[in-house]
Amino acid sequence: MSAVIFLIPIALFLGGLGLVAFLWSLKSGQYEDLEGAAHRILTDDETPEEEDDDHDTETERN
Amino acid sequence: MSCCAPGAETAAELVTAPEADDETLFAASKELKDGTRQIDLALPDIHCAACINTVEGALNKLDMVENARVNLSTKRVRIAYRPGAGRPSALTAAITAKGYRSFLLDPAADQAGDRTLTSLTRALAVAGFAAGNIMLFSVSIWSGADAVTRDLFHWISALIAIPAVAYAGQPFFTSAWRALKHGALNMDVPISLAVILALLLSLFETINGGAHAYFDAAVSLLFFLLIGRTLDYMMREKARGAVRNLARLAPRTALRVFEDGHREQVPVDDIAQGMQLEIAAGERVPVDATIISGVSDADLSLVTGESVPERVGPGAALLAGTTNLSGTLSVSATKPAADSFLARMIALMEAAEGSKAGYKRIADRAAAIYAPAVHLLALATFLGWGFIGGNWHTATLNAIAVLIITCPCALALAVPIVHVVASGRLFERGIMLKDGAALERLAEITRIAFDKTGTLTRGKPVMTGQAFGDPALFDQAAALAATSRHPFSKALSARYAGLAATDATEVPGMGVEAKDNGHVWRLGRAAFCSAETQKLDAEGSIVWLSRNGEPVAAFSFTDQVRPEAPAVINTLKARGFAVSLLSGDRAGPVKALARNTGIADARAGLTPEDKLETLTTFTTEGEKVVMVGDGLNDAPALMAAHVSMAPSSAADIGRNAADFIYTRDSLEAVPFALDLARRAARAVKQNFGLAIAYNCVAVPLAVSGHVTPLVAALAMSSSSVLVTLNALRLRFGGAPLPVPTQPSAPETARPVPAE
Repeated sequence: MSAVIFLIPIALFLGGLGLVAFLWSLKSGQYEDLEGAAHRILTDDETPEEEDDDHDTETERN
Repeated sequence: MSCCAPGAETAAELVTAPEADDETLFAASKELKDGTRQIDLALPDIHCAACINTVEGALNKLDMVENARVNLSTKRVRIAYRPGAGRPSALTAAITAKGYRSFLLDPAADQAGDRTLTSLTRALAVAGFAAGNIMLFSVSIWSGADAVTRDLFHWISALIAIPAVAYAGQPFFTSAWRALKHGALNMDVPISLAVILALLLSLFETINGGAHAYFDAAVSLLFFLLIGRTLDYMMREKARGAVRNLARLAPRTALRVFEDGHREQVPVDDIAQGMQLEIAAGERVPVDATIISGVSDADLSLVTGESVPERVGPGAALLAGTTNLSGTLSVSATKPAADSFLARMIALMEAAEGSKAGYKRIADRAAAIYAPAVHLLALATFLGWGFIGGNWHTATLNAIAVLIITCPCALALAVPIVHVVASGRLFERGIMLKDGAALERLAEITRIAFDKTGTLTRGKPVMTGQAFGDPALFDQAAALAATSRHPFSKALSARYAGLAATDATEVPGMGVEAKDNGHVWRLGRAAFCSAETQKLDAEGSIVWLSRNGEPVAAFSFTDQVRPEAPAVINTLKARGFAVSLLSGDRAGPVKALARNTGIADARAGLTPEDKLETLTTFTTEGEKVVMVGDGLNDAPALMAAHVSMAPSSAADIGRNAADFIYTRDSLEAVPFALDLARRAARAVKQNFGLAIAYNCVAVPLAVSGHVTPLVAALAMSSSSVLVTLNALRLRFGGAPLPVPTQPSAPETARPVPAE
């Protein structure tokens, strides 16, 4: 019984954290373009600004 | 060329597209804070990572663009731009330069559907959280927790369940309340009643230290139902979004010529009778008008179904919706926009809508029987236990148990789940279903009525062969044809890869003329090529080629029947459907088509009113008709039919009226949708059967007072899962249709995007 006293709040808190995280991701628009997100991992937009032009022309040639 | 740059030429030929007009683009964009504006454009051709990169890269390179983000799921791009830094048409021009078409969406058609989906998803998340946690407590109670632990767990469950139901139950409560206010009963009434009563009863039991609480049942019920409802909404929103992407904003202005000779763009709604307008080649006629001066070819295929362009000159009357093909026309408006052909079609459609509104969804029909039956049963249980047993506390408990156990969880899932799976299957095949009720209606169909031009045929002339002359002259003819936008010329040059003729002039309503090495070449009508006296033994329309006034070659064109049409019609007839052909075209072509495709009931020369009349006659004879058509003149019939289908190339107004839109350029969509609708109807019936069978077992238990929370939870979840699994069977089977794909005719008619 005594274990239950602190285990239940912990379990509920962790569950609630999951719920809040989901609601946050919904609100920040992460589910708006699921297909696009799958394709965007193929593009490397981490490239520095000055290399951006080269990168663009490369995609056009494809 | 890459896979990613189709249709650049299509965008280039649209002279007065709203996408090129700064004012229209500006008006369609939304004001954000700090003066930037945001605009959404449909990009029908994007489909891969490189497409996203190319479009976003091209847009972000412009100085005026703050941010451009492509959404691949909805095939749209959202651009935030500063209007002060450049013209809005530069945005669409940048996209066009990369070879993509961009369509401006009608902002009025795009409502905030996202918000409903978001609130449903939120409710679903809350219900899922609550159901999962409460179920954990319930499992330990069922496993035999002692009385103190049980009470504690009941209290914690109550603390989770009450706010969760208050929040996640809202979609059901509001819908039930709306129905009750109108004196009607829908499925949400017994659902809301069961959930609320279960909650109140459990609270009462918890306060009094009772053994049975139904918190888990109440919350998991909401969770299951919300899954069904959210999926249903998502699927419909996806189809609707795709349909909205097709609804391209039509140019709503016309070029008015004032008495003093100056010209100005005026809104179509401001056009009054007698105003003089100028219509350039390639433009649609905005209002009914008569020609004052100018000669041209008029494409009436969307208006009357007539497949061959008609030559028009001064004095001829033009209907709104006609496309002016070759020459600039000066016209005088005979009717304002509100009384024009288009407006008359809309009025006919409004009058015709009544027949469809009378249809009641299967779920609502079931609810009208089910809800009163369940409520009477609960009342009988209450009175029975009260009077016979004499214990009113037990009587209340058992009556509420009846309401909980009969809560139409499986019944409420039975229809939406089937619709979700079916419309997902249709969507994969390029068929968009606008409303689930249309799928139910499609299953009842006995007769299929087709329009001719653009539906059974391609709606564009195709060259059938050279009727006369040296085959080597084809290149010469095609080079001339490449300079013109007349449908015959386009058909001719479609098979030609060489250069267009230089120094060519188009004589409106006659043909094209060009000089080359001292010869004068002419391509066009017989009169234009001095060939009136020549007789040719060829079917269809003839276009002549002449050299220095002497006819040297002739080419024949017809509006080609879609290659799959005869096979599709045979399949439909073999499945026992009656097939009709309703066309506004002349009797000759209609009869020929009916003979080729094997349609016995072919009617030609029908006005829009006649089509409507024919459908009404069918209906009074007890038939349920699906209308398949694409023209303006089909729109009233599409509205009046029991169900309607339109290709995505149809006129806007027809597309809005139709229940199903098929985007692949093939009639095979019709038998596929019919087949799936029948299987869906069968699955719905099976699901109702399952739900009723479940009730037959569970209700006697509840009435006799043997239902514990464990039994309730098990029974309800298992019936919901069973119904869902049954619906999922629609994803499989229904093998590809037995329609043989015939080798296509020797032409290169590509699917032409909607204009």
